[in-house]
Amino acid sequence: MDHAHPELSIPECADARAAVRWDRAAEMILVDSMEAADEILPDGQELVVYKNNSDGKGNSYGCHENYLMDRSTPFGRIVQHATTHLVTRQVFTGAGKVGCEAPGLDRMAVPFQLTQRADFFEEEVGLETTLKRPIINTRDEPHADPLRYRRLHVIVGDANLCEVATLLKLGTTAIVLAMVEDGTLDDGVSLADPVQALQRVSWDTGLSAPLLLEDGRTATALDLQWELLESAQKYLLEQGDEMVGGAVAGEVVGRWEGVLTALESSPSELFGVVDWVTKRSLLDGYRERHGLEAEDVRLAAMDLQYHDLRPGRSLFARVGAERVVDLDDVARAVEDPPADTRAYFRGRCLQRWPDRVVAANWDSMVFDTGDDTLRRVPMMEPTRGTSDHVGTLLDECDTVAELLDRLSENPMAGLDD
Amino acid sequence: MAEQEKQHRVPAEPSARDVEEVGANSAAVEQADELKDQIDGLLDEIDEVLESNAEEFVKSYIQKGGE
Repeated sequence: MDHAHPELSIPECADARAAVRWDRAAEMILVDSMEAADEILPDGQELVVYKNNSDGKGNSYGCHENYLMDRSTPFGRIVQHATTHLVTRQVFTGAGKVGCEAPGLDRMAVPFQLTQRADFFEEEVGLETTLKRPIINTRDEPHADPLRYRRLHVIVGDANLCEVATLLKLGTTAIVLAMVEDGTLDDGVSLADPVQALQRVSWDTGLSAPLLLEDGRTATALDLQWELLESAQKYLLEQGDEMVGGAVAGEVVGRWEGVLTALESSPSELFGVVDWVTKRSLLDGYRERHGLEAEDVRLAAMDLQYHDLRPGRSLFARVGAERVVDLDDVARAVEDPPADTRAYFRGRCLQRWPDRVVAANWDSMVFDTGDDTLRRVPMMEPTRGTSDHVGTLLDECDTVAELLDRLSENPMAGLDD
Repeated sequence: MAEQEKQHRVPAEPSARDVEEVGANSAAVEQADELKDQIDGLLDEIDEVLESNAEEFVKSYIQKGGE
């Protein structure tokens, strides 16, 4: 629990498709948890989890993305170019919201907007996550070697139900950050007022609002997204896809182009692909059918219920949204860790010796082998401890004591560089 | 090269961007009709699953505490 809500994290994933798979597995875990809770709750009480980011009353809670970045990248460069993407990607990452929650404005000042989160951001850069929220958050515990890595903690995004939206949110951002690391965006434009632009983009369902750039020109969010996409296409051609999630990067860029094209010509085609479009289509249809006013409370109820994770109640579940990952793969990901990050070592140890694991942290595990002292295994390198590195070792060991002995005989066996 | 691309996507005059007129072709119309049917079908079901007391539901949905 974090404050008053359940919080859940997926393991380290090496590409955006894997992140979608484990994100969906996390939803399955929540559904199972709700059902288990209902069995022990008194009659008439039910635990319901909503995958959204606002209660519609001015209270927000985040959906945090974390990207491992090269420590040597100048932070100012990250601020400038990541911000442009985080502000303009809202056109496909937004989960949609009825009403406005920006301080001082009437709720119906914006009857429907692209995102859940934009109303809550007041700063360009900062450390806060619950007040004076910044577009670029400076929290920087890399949970890895701090001399090599920084963790970019992105708090400005919405939780998505559409798998394609999750894929694009994570996949495009990973590519943009790789370009930031390599300096290939250094000639790109920057926004004159990112905080104002964030709300402006979110409130503009017509996708045509001009955003002021630092050089005095203006551009729409879609203009800037096309520019980032073109840079990404060029980057992949010249640099290959090794640093941006391998072959998945090609899929991300292809879908990115398709979504921008549709947003420009006929956004309604993105029903089941982009959450705000999907939600708005349902709301508009319902409103027309019943002749409702924009402020009718039934529309606010539908907004919340879109995110209800109970399969029988979720409005999203009825949409028949486009899938990115196979459901059987998702079901396996409830138990199995990703094979290509250190999550593999952690997850396999938990599967094989759950009673022996005293602590499972991002960057270490602590084991009880039955001896007097507990034994701690550092895992400072997120790209090690994979199936390739430690799969055979884990298969060959019968006990955790044997595993730790073999690891200490050869500490370079797979967890560190 | 980069400069040219920038000019293409972020023109000095916002109106200068090329706009390709696309007429309503039959495939697009068909797709739109299909989508409308799909949404109509969903709306038929939605009344059954919508929270019965929308007012109470929305009122009681409150988050206490931040992230």
